[in-house]
Amino acid sequence: MEFGLSDDQKLLEDSVRKLTEAQLPLEKIREYAAAKSGFIPAIWSGLVDLGATGVIIPEQYGGTGFKMLDAVVILEALGRTVAPVPFTGSAIMAPVALLTGGTDAQKEEWLPQIATGEVKAGVGVTEIISTRDSKGVSLSGDTLNGNAMFVIDGSPADIFLIAAGPDNMAIIPRNAPGVTVTQLKTIDYSRMHCEVKLEGVKADLLGGKGKAGAAIKQTIMAGRLALAADTLGAAEVMIGKAVEYAKERKQFERVIASYQAVKHMCAEMISELEPFRSLVWYAGHAYDEVPDEALLNVLLAKSGIDGAGKFIIRTATEVHGGMGFTDLMGLHYWYKRVSVNRSLLGTPEMLRNEAAIAQGWLAA
Amino acid sequence: MDLSYGPEYEDFRTEVRVFIEKNQHLAPPPGMGMYHPGPKEQDWQKLLIENGYTCRTIPKQYGGYGGEPDILKNVIIQDEFAKANVNSGLSGQGIGMLVPTLLERGTDKQKEQYIRPTIWGEIYWCQGYSEPGAGSDLASLRTNARVEDGHFVINGQKIWTSSAHFSDMCFILVRTEPDKPKHEGISYLLMDMKTPGIEVRPLVTMTGAAEFNEMFLTDVKVPVDSIVGKRGEGWLVANTTLKHERGMLGDPSQLLSRIESILKIMQNEMLDGKRLIEHELYRDRLVAAQAKTEALKYHSLRLLTCTLKNEDPGVARLIIKYYGTTLSRELSDIALEVLGELGSLYDGSPHVRSYGSWQWRNMFDLGLIIGGGTSQIQKNIISERGLGMPREPKLAETK
Repeated sequence: MEFGLSDDQKLLEDSVRKLTEAQLPLEKIREYAAAKSGFIPAIWSGLVDLGATGVIIPEQYGGTGFKMLDAVVILEALGRTVAPVPFTGSAIMAPVALLTGGTDAQKEEWLPQIATGEVKAGVGVTEIISTRDSKGVSLSGDTLNGNAMFVIDGSPADIFLIAAGPDNMAIIPRNAPGVTVTQLKTIDYSRMHCEVKLEGVKADLLGGKGKAGAAIKQTIMAGRLALAADTLGAAEVMIGKAVEYAKERKQFERVIASYQAVKHMCAEMISELEPFRSLVWYAGHAYDEVPDEALLNVLLAKSGIDGAGKFIIRTATEVHGGMGFTDLMGLHYWYKRVSVNRSLLGTPEMLRNEAAIAQGWLAA
Repeated sequence: MDLSYGPEYEDFRTEVRVFIEKNQHLAPPPGMGMYHPGPKEQDWQKLLIENGYTCRTIPKQYGGYGGEPDILKNVIIQDEFAKANVNSGLSGQGIGMLVPTLLERGTDKQKEQYIRPTIWGEIYWCQGYSEPGAGSDLASLRTNARVEDGHFVINGQKIWTSSAHFSDMCFILVRTEPDKPKHEGISYLLMDMKTPGIEVRPLVTMTGAAEFNEMFLTDVKVPVDSIVGKRGEGWLVANTTLKHERGMLGDPSQLLSRIESILKIMQNEMLDGKRLIEHELYRDRLVAAQAKTEALKYHSLRLLTCTLKNEDPGVARLIIKYYGTTLSRELSDIALEVLGELGSLYDGSPHVRSYGSWQWRNMFDLGLIIGGGTSQIQKNIISERGLGMPREPKLAETK
């Protein structure tokens, strides 16, 4: 019985943190936010060197062949440093889609390039979860038409995996005829998502026509887990920053960390976060080792940590007082990362509803 | 991450299961510890001890099983008895707090005299700590004892003394060195509840039941050798017990079974022609609480792992009391609120659901948020010991 990270996993997290922390002092974060690219090549190639971009890709396809819990550890570290890399789309969701639903030829074509980071993938599954503005992609014959919104990490991507209804997913090179990419700007400039418009695009369908249902579900689940792990890392940093600031900031001749009003805010933040760290880890573990429990635990972990995150980004900012509201402090980069994670791939309410259904609670 | 227990422990689990199946007809119903153990409870307790399913590490010479400490076995025993809903033996402050304290700090004579009858359910103990003026700031307690003719003579008042009305003995904190600083002037005494001068009055709480008592002490004479540790060391001795109390892992199994109970209510009760679970607003609240409960479940496995590896989980452990009691109340809130007006019924009323137990639970949950260190005290502990934030300066120091 051992519930926790292994020494190897701690080492992995440490390596990723060292890489990103060295490359991402606050002024660098400011720079990339201004550039709005959602991508720093040096960090990406650092992740390639660590084998992180191929973390869940089997060795036969040039990956590292690790487990999802190892990916969770990496994601936590990327969240901690608000790293501008398309990791969720390219290193988690796209490989999961290909591994779950791809033909051998599709796996052989794309996985090795994704593992080495040469090809970056964006993933569009938003409309499978919920539709707004009447968007969505439809397939007729072997031709795709329509708009995919919030294609995860789509902005720096070279290929897209886009769902067309619940049972089809297409692999589409960015430069294919009929593809128009529009960058979306959320408050978070660390990862850039996009809208992909498809007009008469010829489809290479994942696994063949009508064969991608299971892969789409698995991809959404993996993406949600990735966002939960990312939020875990980013929210933890915000708590740490709040505590440190409170220990230095003096008012009425005392550090504000000595006021119970301030201390209790910090205690509440850490109390909300820590149990969900355990649940995120378990969901990552279950993904490979207890597949029957993976879906429910991912749904509970993401909706839960989204709630904790919402509380933490507000409270940590408040602990900083007026400074928390300034650009100078830079706290808002973490705030924005957590906030956007909460809205991606289904809001907490949607996830909780899915969890009730997944448990058969609505059956008569 | 390895959540298997391994073959040795799976064998042990089977052994426990077989024992429960074979013997559960002898078990008294799982009790709330609201009465003195009778012969049936005592016999069951002895059978459990003989088999090592309770009081596992207490030495044989004091009536225990005399096993090596093994947390995984403890967890398995807890699990299996809880799953089977079979009485897992006596609990209470005597077994939970006094016995570990005596083992660590008691004299040989005290160990001989008290441990065996306590764990066998013959002597029942209450705890005389809190006072009307000493709650969160327990060390400011004022019940005092002077030494006279080979006795401590105790005067004062205690409160929140659960079980005092049927207890045989009380472990009590009294001030014996009034001139010393407050933490250094306290002694830990063992007091026979039949001693003249003790008056126990039931303290009726908001639930309508008397779960606690007040205890008035007037010239109560206790022999000088009933002290545990030395004079003025009572605070340290009491902290030995508090350490045992706080050493508990968060136990989410009770909360998980509450989720199940609420789910049953929501699947059976109708509102406006639909089952409660089909109402999205109510369903959403239940799943949100389930997420926290599942999180706590895996969190306690994380803490268990730290204990096994002798690692300090730090702040991850300090949050347990605050998080668990808050969540517990949230769950009983949900049960009441989804039932609407029906949820307000109590006291054997017509149409009452679950005997009004959710109302009782909801009020008692608030008691648990306050008792054993209020949520505010917990937040002080979490921020000071867990996050390294400074204590609030005392009034005089701010000048």
